[in-house]
Order: sequence, then structure tokens, then C-alpha cells
Amino acid sequence: MVLIGLHFQDTLNMDKTTIIKIADLAKIEIKDDELNDITDSLKKILNLVDEMNSVKTDDVVPMSHPLNLSQELRKDEVLEDNKRDIFQKDNKYTENGYYKVPKIID
Amino acid sequence: MHNKTVSELIDDIKNKKVSSLELTKHFISRIKKLDKKLNSFITITEEHALREAKKIDADIAKGIIKPLSGIPFAQKDIFCTKNIKTTCGSKMLENFISPYDATVVEKLNNAGMIIIGKTNMDEFAMGSSNETSYFGDVKNPWDLDFVPGGSSGGSAASVSARLIPCSTGTDTGGSIRQPASLCGVCGIKPTYGRVSRYGMIAFASSLDQAGVFTTTAKDCAILLSHISGYDPKDSTSSREPVPDYHSDCLKKFKPLKIGIPREFLDGLDTNVREVFDDSIKVFEANGCSIKKISLKSSKISVSAYQVVAPAECSSNLSRFDGVRYGYRAESVKNIDELYKKSRSQGFGQEVKRRILIGTYALSAGYYDAYYLKAQKIRKIISNEFAQAFKDVDLVLGPTAPDSAFKIGEKSNDPIAMYLSDIFTVSANLAGLPAMSIPMGFKNKLPLGLQIIGNHFDEPKILSLACHFQNITDWHTKKPKISGD
Repeated sequence: MVLIGLHFQDTLNMDKTTIIKIADLAKIEIKDDELNDITDSLKKILNLVDEMNSVKTDDVVPMSHPLNLSQELRKDEVLEDNKRDIFQKDNKYTENGYYKVPKIID
Repeated sequence: MHNKTVSELIDDIKNKKVSSLELTKHFISRIKKLDKKLNSFITITEEHALREAKKIDADIAKGIIKPLSGIPFAQKDIFCTKNIKTTCGSKMLENFISPYDATVVEKLNNAGMIIIGKTNMDEFAMGSSNETSYFGDVKNPWDLDFVPGGSSGGSAASVSARLIPCSTGTDTGGSIRQPASLCGVCGIKPTYGRVSRYGMIAFASSLDQAGVFTTTAKDCAILLSHISGYDPKDSTSSREPVPDYHSDCLKKFKPLKIGIPREFLDGLDTNVREVFDDSIKVFEANGCSIKKISLKSSKISVSAYQVVAPAECSSNLSRFDGVRYGYRAESVKNIDELYKKSRSQGFGQEVKRRILIGTYALSAGYYDAYYLKAQKIRKIISNEFAQAFKDVDLVLGPTAPDSAFKIGEKSNDPIAMYLSDIFTVSANLAGLPAMSIPMGFKNKLPLGLQIIGNHFDEPKILSLACHFQNITDWHTKKPKISGD
């Protein structure tokens, strides 16, 4: 109940600072001129989502699989060969089987 | 040739009335001639198709005939195809060539079918109008000013215009059924897990399911038999045996108990209601009993869907980081900038919007209020269906609240766009099979009838659909653009 209270509050306060924080977590860049539109549309979507609160769900077990099945496991054995060369064929940013990225550690 | 069904073309090939090469050339020439107006294809695989058609003809000459030998078809551009570009409608994958085939692709290739192209779609299957595609809007063949629906808009439009006898699609919240409805063709989304998702680019993994588009329910049955079945490469695929859907369709029709949810009819557009009521009268006249039922929580299905789908999309699409495959931004200073610029330049607006909503819903402190709450609502929706199926065999309603809308009409209003899936998302949330078949017109634009069944009750759905098409001719209506 407390969480729902918090979430409702936050939906109303879905402000630009929150959006910038989420965008950073999602590794998405938002330009200044896009921020108003994005904030506005996310608020509208969260208002739609808030309609879920019209239904009481206290005693409901959440759905974990549409067919109530649990994850099937298999033996931990190698079934396929390494196809690294094929996977890297179209990537120009590779060297000696590695992917090249900007320097991370000085 | 282009007006024939898959079933008829199978016979023509077997009886050597037409060769695979002739068929393939015919459909490729139609695509080249007509698709400039529709934009339903992203890639045409002419060279590949002609080569395969020649091989099939050589096999047939030797007496080797597979069940679907030589039938041309189109793959939604979400299915990975070895050596053929797979874009998923996104700049992110504009030049992506998969090193392997999706299981659906492999199965249809093994059955003898020939891919002649990859169809246009909403970017990463996120959309209900095909307007989010990086490769441009697809036009509705019935009126080029209108949307074909989405996300499998290209697959639906190409079958509707008879550019291809059949195509594949995927359905996360209605992406097969809604475009089938708007374009006047048949489209089936089977039970969750019925068809392998291996090699099908993931949007929302607990909802995604593959299916097909055709002009008749019988053809849907034929193709569904070939793509269904357990796949060790998809741990969510079902081990439930695959029936022969086609022969089930040919059996004598047994009248069924049909449930109509009140919630699907409340406030429904008058024209859509009239057309729907006429369809129900057809079933009544043929011995089916009709019962009004209630699926109370279906009204908040879109709200729950708008948490589950974006949450799972934000997780699935985190793999696109500009490092291993997909679009990579140039001139970046550090790894964080590489991620951010690659994702921001590679994804379109709607995809970014859903990633943001999903990230928010899954972020610390909000999981219970959003994702967990939505999963509970899913359970309630699923229980309501289970209760309904104790009394009725199938649940019927209109597939979409209205006929196709104009291009641009809803593209700046995400809520209006999301609500065009109001009747379809419940089946995804509950993992149920559902189908859309043509049931009539409103202002010269087609309308679809949705048939929802219990888990693995595809035979009942197809039987009802086939029976409807034996006594009505809505499925034979074609848009003018398709010619004679």
C-alpha cells in the first residue's frame, strides 16, 4: 500500500529530473528540445497505467508464465561450436577476435 | 495466379499446372509493380528466390515434393534469416545480417517454401499503425491514405493486395490480429509457446508469439501446422503435440458455444456493432449458441500491457549497445557515450519512449507497484477467461474498435494509438490463441472478427473460422489495387 502511495505521488511528479535520471539508466540521450514532449507523453502513459489501481490485487498470486509452466532446464553440455568468426564477420570494430571499444581504464 | 489460395497453389504445383519458378517470378513482378505504392516490403530477395525456385522445380522433376514445395511467401522482418538482411524496421539493424535462421524460417524452408522478401513493420514491433518503421509508412491497400495497422503492417498489406499468398507475423499485443482486421485478411496468433521464438527478435518475451497471415482460415491452418511445435532452442516452447489443423478444418462442423463479452460491446462504434451482430447471426443460424459473458478486467488490459511490454522491452533491448552488432555511433569519447549515442541515434522515438517507461517501471522501489501489479492483473484476466471457458467454447468480439484510421491521425497521441489494441491485448496477457478473420466493411474499409480460444484450442478457432468462410464471402473481397 505504501509503495502504491509512493508510486502515485511520483507519477504526478514525473518531472524532467526524473526523466533525465531514467534516461541515464537506460543509456538513452535526450536532447533539451525533446524533453518537454517526452515528459508529457510519459505522464500520459503513466496515467493510463494508474488505472490498474482500480483493481484490488492484495490476494492475487502474480502470473509467472502464461501456461503456469516453470523454466525447463537442460544438461550443462556443449551443443554448438564457437562461431565467433562468423558472428564478427560484419563488425569492423574487431581485432584478434575481440570487440574494440573506447578505452575504459587509464 | 495471385488470387489463388495457398491450398490451391499447393495442388497446382503438385499437378504441375504451374512451376515454382513461374509462381515466384509472378509474385516478384507484382511486388515490383505495386509495392511502390504500398511500401510493404523492406527487402526483396529476388536472386535467392529464383535460385531456390529452380532447385524446387528440379526436385519436383525427380519426384521429390515437400508439403509446401514452391509456395512463395514473405517473412516479417523480425525473423532472422541467414544471409538475408534482418532490420526489425529499425535503423539500429539497418545492415544486420543474421548468422542463422529463426526456427520459423527453418521450418518453412524445410517444408519447401520460398522467401521472396522481408516485410515492413513498426520498429521492433512497437506500434499499431506501421508508422514507427525506419523504412517509412506502409499504406493500407484499401485506401492509401490509411494505415494498415501494426506492427505486422507489411505482412498484412502484402497479403491483402495479393502481392504474396501468405506471410508470417508476430503478435505481442495484437500485432497480427489488428493489421489483419484493418487490411481484410486472416491472421492467427497461436497459444503462447505453440511456435518457437528462436531467432524472432525479442520485444516482450512473456507475450511474443509468431503466427501467419493468409486470405483464408484453411490456409492459416495449413501453415500453422508447419510452424508449430517444441523447439529445444526456445525454452518457453510447448511440448504439447501439434494436431493436424488442416484436417480438423475439413471435418464436419460441430456447432459451438460462443461467448460474447459485454465489455467488448460497451460503447462500440455503431457500424462495427452492426457488422459484428450480423456475423453472430450467421453462427446462430448454423446452430451455435450465443451467451453474453463478462470479462470485467479486460478494460484495464491495456494499462497492464503498458507495464509488462515496455518493462520486458527495456530489458530485451539493452543488448543493443553498439558493440557487437547493430548501429554504432562514430566519434565517441568514452564507453558511456558509445552506448548512449549508438542507442539514441539507432532507436526511433516510440522505441525510446517504451524503453524509458520500462526502465522506470523496473527501477528500484517501483517494481512492486508496476510490474508485480501488472502481473497480478494478468492473473485476474487469465482467471476470468478460464472461468468463461467453463461455459463457452470460444469468445468472440470485434478485433479492433474501428476500421483503419488515417496516416498521421494518431501518431502524436500514444494513448489513442495504444487503445487501438484494447480488444487484442487480453489474449496475449493470458497466453491464449486468437484469430482475426474478415467480417464486413465500414465506409469501404474492412473489419475483423476476433475469435479467442482456450490454451491450445486452435482447432476450435480454425473450425469456426473455416465454417464462417464456407457460408460467407467477406474473405474473398479484394482491394482495387490488387487488380483482377
